[in-house]
Amino acid sequence: MKQRDPELLLQHAPFLREGKTTPSVMVDVLIALVPATLAGLWYFGIGAFLVVMASILGAVLTEVAFISKQHRGESLLDGSGLLTGLLLGLTLPPALPMWMAFIGGAVAIGLGKVIWGGLGNNLFNPALVGRAFLLATFPIAMTTWTTADESFWTFRASNFDIPFTYTEIDGVTAATPLGLLKFDQEVTPLSDLFMGTTAGSIGETSGLLLILGGVYLFFRRDLDWRIPVSILVTVLIFSGILGLFDAERFPAPLFSVFSGGLLLGTIYMATDPVTSPTTPLGTWIFGIGVGLLVILIRVFGGMPEGVMYSILLMNAATPLIDRFTQPRVFGHLRGDRD
Amino acid sequence: MVKLNPLSLLTRSFQHGVHPQYLKEQTQDLPIQRVPFVENYVMPLGQHIGVPCKPVVEKGQRLQRGELIAEPGGFVSVSLHSPVTGVVNEVDEFRTFDGNFSQSIEIKADPFAAQEPAIGPAIDWESMGIDDFIQTVQAAGIVGMGGAAFPAHVKFSIPDGQQIRSLLINGAECEPYLTNDHRLMMERPEALLKGAEIVRQKLGAEEIVIGVELNKPEAIEILHQHIKPGDPVRVESLEVKYPQGAEKMLIRTVFGREVPAGQLPRDVEVNVSNVSTIVAIADYFDHAMPLIERIVTVSGPGVSYPANLIVPLGTPVRDVLQFCGGLKDEAMEVIMGGPMMGKPIASLDAPVVKGCSGILAFTEEQTLKRREYPCIRCGRCVEACPYFLNPSRFARLARARMYEEMEEYSIFDCVECGCCTFACPSAIPIVQLIRTGKDQLRNTQASAK
Repeated sequence: MKQRDPELLLQHAPFLREGKTTPSVMVDVLIALVPATLAGLWYFGIGAFLVVMASILGAVLTEVAFISKQHRGESLLDGSGLLTGLLLGLTLPPALPMWMAFIGGAVAIGLGKVIWGGLGNNLFNPALVGRAFLLATFPIAMTTWTTADESFWTFRASNFDIPFTYTEIDGVTAATPLGLLKFDQEVTPLSDLFMGTTAGSIGETSGLLLILGGVYLFFRRDLDWRIPVSILVTVLIFSGILGLFDAERFPAPLFSVFSGGLLLGTIYMATDPVTSPTTPLGTWIFGIGVGLLVILIRVFGGMPEGVMYSILLMNAATPLIDRFTQPRVFGHLRGDRD
Repeated sequence: MVKLNPLSLLTRSFQHGVHPQYLKEQTQDLPIQRVPFVENYVMPLGQHIGVPCKPVVEKGQRLQRGELIAEPGGFVSVSLHSPVTGVVNEVDEFRTFDGNFSQSIEIKADPFAAQEPAIGPAIDWESMGIDDFIQTVQAAGIVGMGGAAFPAHVKFSIPDGQQIRSLLINGAECEPYLTNDHRLMMERPEALLKGAEIVRQKLGAEEIVIGVELNKPEAIEILHQHIKPGDPVRVESLEVKYPQGAEKMLIRTVFGREVPAGQLPRDVEVNVSNVSTIVAIADYFDHAMPLIERIVTVSGPGVSYPANLIVPLGTPVRDVLQFCGGLKDEAMEVIMGGPMMGKPIASLDAPVVKGCSGILAFTEEQTLKRREYPCIRCGRCVEACPYFLNPSRFARLARARMYEEMEEYSIFDCVECGCCTFACPSAIPIVQLIRTGKDQLRNTQASAK
């Protein structure tokens, strides 16, 4: 009998792995976003496609440019740059000039991720950093909304503005449901919000498809369900309580959930593992904080929408939340450290 | 006393943990076989945790199977016996499985000896006092055979003022691949129950609880058949979850109690012993056979014919593998123990020792170095850790060489079960980083003294 004496490896236990990898998690999130993205493209036409592409390109090129050669392979392979670009693109208005979307993508990766030390080290959600930058820099373009065009192939001139110029929009502009409520006291029917036939950012309009993606992520165990659940429940309860005071003035609970970027932000951005707490108790606090801030900003702030700032503010609080919500170690009394 | 989480009473298992593939099909239905005797045996003097034993034989001395070859080197130490009839060839340093050299006794088996098992008269345990019992267990060379190889008699030495209410027998066998305890419970239930009764009476415990994971229904069934009505024995079926067989997790599952950090099971009035340990005790009291062989599961994708084997201690791993058809060509690594906590074997010439529950051969699939990604703080390790630690933080701190901070976050509560590393999607070697941290801390603490 042959007895081989192999050059034995000396790898260490554990030898079994659950099988999930960081790139596979990113790919799952991309898959979950496909229905909502396609719906946005179908609904808003070729302009939306160009905006999303410009944002992705800005993100990925920045990643290539700023990450050292040594780490570039992993950094591109993990798919997080692509995901950031896509998420940012989905929060942009469909008539935005492509060059702005490109800069947004570049800022999202550059200021949102690379300068922090790359994936896993950033404090704020990169896509939202990009969006906050765009909203501060190009407030008019970022709040000019359009409704659906008749044909997919209707090109909007504003999409093709040469860099550092902006032409006022030529098509039909429209207000988002939140804008309508805030400035015109006009309530959009829930069915429109659910199906996505309203004005708004490219990826935020269809509540149904966004939730579908969230359910997929939940079953793939890629999503901490506590965060969306706590945000949505807080929004429902808080807006319900406000409704008791003045049902005319304050938005109804279900309207609050399905309007604006709440579902997109809740399911795909607040759950960003890098920028949300790791402890179970911490995730509840984080979610409740986001929910409260969203309603406060929407109802009492000067802008109709507040999801982005709510998530960014709670991102800033995450290290502190993590610090104070460390679980009790097995066999220790709570608070007892030796 | 640790305050109970009210939730813990509702869940019939410890919290967190992971669900690896169990991969026991290869060997769970194979009866235990005996490997043939080979030429050479090497018995390291430090097969157990604690002080190494002191040899009492000289080169050239003839030995009977089961004869004493080394005595305990202290209280936390046990005797060592010859696994075969033969001649002492050398008392010298020999390579052990971790690649290091260790003082050992080499024995050449007598090719003409019948290698009859060393059977003596049964030992009268009923009239024996607890001190005699402890000495007897030490003299029999019995250690905890779940893998840690901690001397059994030390666990049975209960300080004044403490008492043991429950003898908890660990038949969880939560490590994937391993089936040696499973087969032992199925094939020798009488010996298990006999040994358990001896230990129960000597410790003055009220009850015996045998914890078996639900993926071994035949073992649970057979044990039930052998328990007579009125016996103070019950079998607890346990959720199939890793690390169900970790001592403190098992106590948490069966009794709903947490053993306080830094304390032992006896502090919550429980003694935990592995099924193989209990059977070894029964064997000694039944026919004076000391611990000279053990059951080893040989399995894994790199082994030609997986098996459950009775292996005399000191048998080279190479010979055990050869009996199983040798390694397949694609085998890359051989380990001792289970795939979650086992240790790599550096040399196939190393002998099987008392703590060796399995010999597993792995191929590229298990040993491939995975591409490591940055930690994305996903919290999967936090949700996996049965001790409620934050493994990702340990990994970060170890990489930053901030070892003191690791201690602040209770690094020494970590038992290195590997759940965090199993769950990590970024393939960060968290357990290894934690080990680095512990080693560094121990070094600085030792040099401070």
